[in-house]
Amino acid sequence: MRSPAARAKRFAKASGHAGLLVFFVTFLAFPFYWMLMTTFKTTIDLHDVTKNPFLFNEPPTLEHLKVLFEDTQYLQWLINTGAVGLAVVAITLVLAVPAGYALARMTGAWAQTLGIAIFLTYLVPPTILFIPFSRIIATLGLQDSLWSLVLVYPSFTVPFCTWLLMGFFKAIPRDLEDAAMIDGLSRFGAFVKVVMPVSLAGLLTVVIFAFTLVTQEFVYGVTFITAASSYTVSVGVPTFLVRGDVYFWGSMMAACLIASVPIAIIYNFFVDRFVAGFTVGAVK
Amino acid sequence: MRQPGAAAKIAASRGFRGRLADNERWLWRLMLAPAILYIVLLVGFPFFLSLYYSVSDVTVGSREMNFVGLESFRRVIDNRTFWTALKNTLIITIVTQIFVLFFANILAMALSVDFRGKWFVRLLILLPWVAPISLGSIGWLWIYDSIYSIINWTAQALRILGPNDWPIWLGQPNLAMASIIIVQIWRIVPLATVIILAGLTSIPQDIHDAAQVDGAGFWRHLFQITFPLLLPITLVAVLFGAIFTFTDLIVVFVLTRGGPYDTTQVLASWAFFTGIQGGDLAGGAAVSLFLFPVLVAVAIVFLRLARRAEVT
Repeated sequence: MRSPAARAKRFAKASGHAGLLVFFVTFLAFPFYWMLMTTFKTTIDLHDVTKNPFLFNEPPTLEHLKVLFEDTQYLQWLINTGAVGLAVVAITLVLAVPAGYALARMTGAWAQTLGIAIFLTYLVPPTILFIPFSRIIATLGLQDSLWSLVLVYPSFTVPFCTWLLMGFFKAIPRDLEDAAMIDGLSRFGAFVKVVMPVSLAGLLTVVIFAFTLVTQEFVYGVTFITAASSYTVSVGVPTFLVRGDVYFWGSMMAACLIASVPIAIIYNFFVDRFVAGFTVGAVK
Repeated sequence: MRQPGAAAKIAASRGFRGRLADNERWLWRLMLAPAILYIVLLVGFPFFLSLYYSVSDVTVGSREMNFVGLESFRRVIDNRTFWTALKNTLIITIVTQIFVLFFANILAMALSVDFRGKWFVRLLILLPWVAPISLGSIGWLWIYDSIYSIINWTAQALRILGPNDWPIWLGQPNLAMASIIIVQIWRIVPLATVIILAGLTSIPQDIHDAAQVDGAGFWRHLFQITFPLLLPITLVAVLFGAIFTFTDLIVVFVLTRGGPYDTTQVLASWAFFTGIQGGDLAGGAAVSLFLFPVLVAVAIVFLRLARRAEVT
C-alpha cells in the first residue's frame, strides 16, 4: 500500500505535468482554434463585443466559406500552390537525390565538409537574396509568372533535401550495393535498382519537406508577383485579402485554416526525420 | 578449407573494385554537379550580385548601374529608421531566444514522459511551426484586432483589465514590439522543442539510473546531468531560432508593416520597403547585407558543433 503522502505527491506531480501541457497547448494552438471558431461564426456574431466571443451566439454559418471560394481567387491560389509545389518537388528530387547519394558514399574528409557547405547555403535567407532576384526575374521576363517561383524555390529546397538524403543514404549498409555490384551491376545500376527501392521512406520525407517549404515561402512570392491570379496561398491571403479597410475575418480565418491544417497533419508523421537533419549529429 | 572458386571471386572483385574506384570519382562528380551548379547559380550568384548592388546606384527602373563605392551604405546609415530597424531586430531576436530557451526546455521535458494522447498534443504543439507563417500571423492579426481583440475581452472578463482599459496591441510602439515578439516565440518554440526532445531521448537511460542510485535529487539531477548533456543540442535549437527570427520579414510585414510610424521596422522589412517598394535596390541591398554577419557567426558555431560530433 502506498502512503497517502506519496499518493499526494504523485497527484501533485501529475497535475503539474498536465498544467504545463495545458498552458503550452493553449498558447501554441489557440490561434488555430480561434480560426476555426471565426470561420463558422456569422459576421454579426463576430462584431458583437457585448456577448461572450467563445460561444456561438448565433447558429454556425457556412457563409464565409462560400464567400472565400466564390468571390475570391482562393481556389486558384490553392491550385497555384499545388502546381508550384509539384514542379519544385520534381526539380528537387532530380538534383538532390544523386547529390545526396554521392555525398553519402564518397570517401575522404572533404565529402563531409562539402555536405555541410551545401547545408549552410540553406541558411542564406530569402531576405538577403530577394533584391538581386527581383531584377534577375525582371530581366528574364518572369514577373507575375509562376515559373519565377519554380525557378527560385529549389535554391532552398535543394540544399536542405540534399543534406537530409545524405543522412538517409549513409544509414543504408554499403554491403547491399557491394553485393549487387559483384553480381554485375554498375555502381549507378546498384544505386537505381538496389538503393532507391529501400530508400522510399527517405524520398517520401524529402517530398513532404520540399512541398511544405514551398507552401510556407512568402518573401519571393510577394517580391516577384503582383497579379492576384498568380499568387500562392501564403502570399495571396495576407496581401490580397487584407487590402483595404474592411477585413472579412471569417473568410480570412477559413483561408488560413484550410491551407495550414492538412499540411501540419502530414508533416507531423515525418517530423523526427526532419529534426535528425537539423541536429547534424549533435545527437548521438 | 576455402573454396578456390570463392578466393578467385574475391580477388576478381578487388580488381573490379579498383577499376571502378577510378570511374566512381567521375560518377560522384557527375551526380553532384547539377545540384552544386544550381546552388551556385541561384544562391552564390545572387549573393554576389547583392554585394555589387550595395556599392552601385541601381534602382528598379534604371537600365545601367554605376559604381558609387560606399555611397549607399552612407545613405542607409544616415537614415534614423535604419538604426531603429537594427535595434528592433536585435531586441526581437534576443528576447525571443531567451523565452524559447525556457519554454522549449520545459515543454520538451513535459513531452519526454509517456502519456495518453501524446501524438495529438504533439500535433497541436507543432502547428505554429508547420503552418505557413504568413497565415499564422494573420490569425494573430485577428487576435490583436483593435476592436475585437480576444485577449482584451478575456482580460476584462477575468478582471485583469479594468472596464475602460482597451490596449491597442498593434497601434502603440511598445505593445506592437511585444506583439511581434509573442508571435516569434510562438512560432519558434515548436521547432526548438522537438530538437531538444530529440536530445533528451538520446541520453542513455543508464546515466539517469546511475544518478538515481547515487541519490541525486530532482534539481541536482536536472542541473548537473540533464542540462549539461543537453547543452550542445540546446545550442543548435537556439542558433536556428536566432537565424529564423533575425532574418524574418513575414511577421512584421503582416502584423504592422513596420508601423506605427516605422517604430517596429526590422532589417528585413526595411530592406523590403526600401528596395522593392521604394525602388532603391542599392539601398535595399545595403540594408539586407547587415543580416549577413550574424549568419556567418552562426555558421561558424554550427561547423564547430558538427566537427565535435564527428570526433566523439
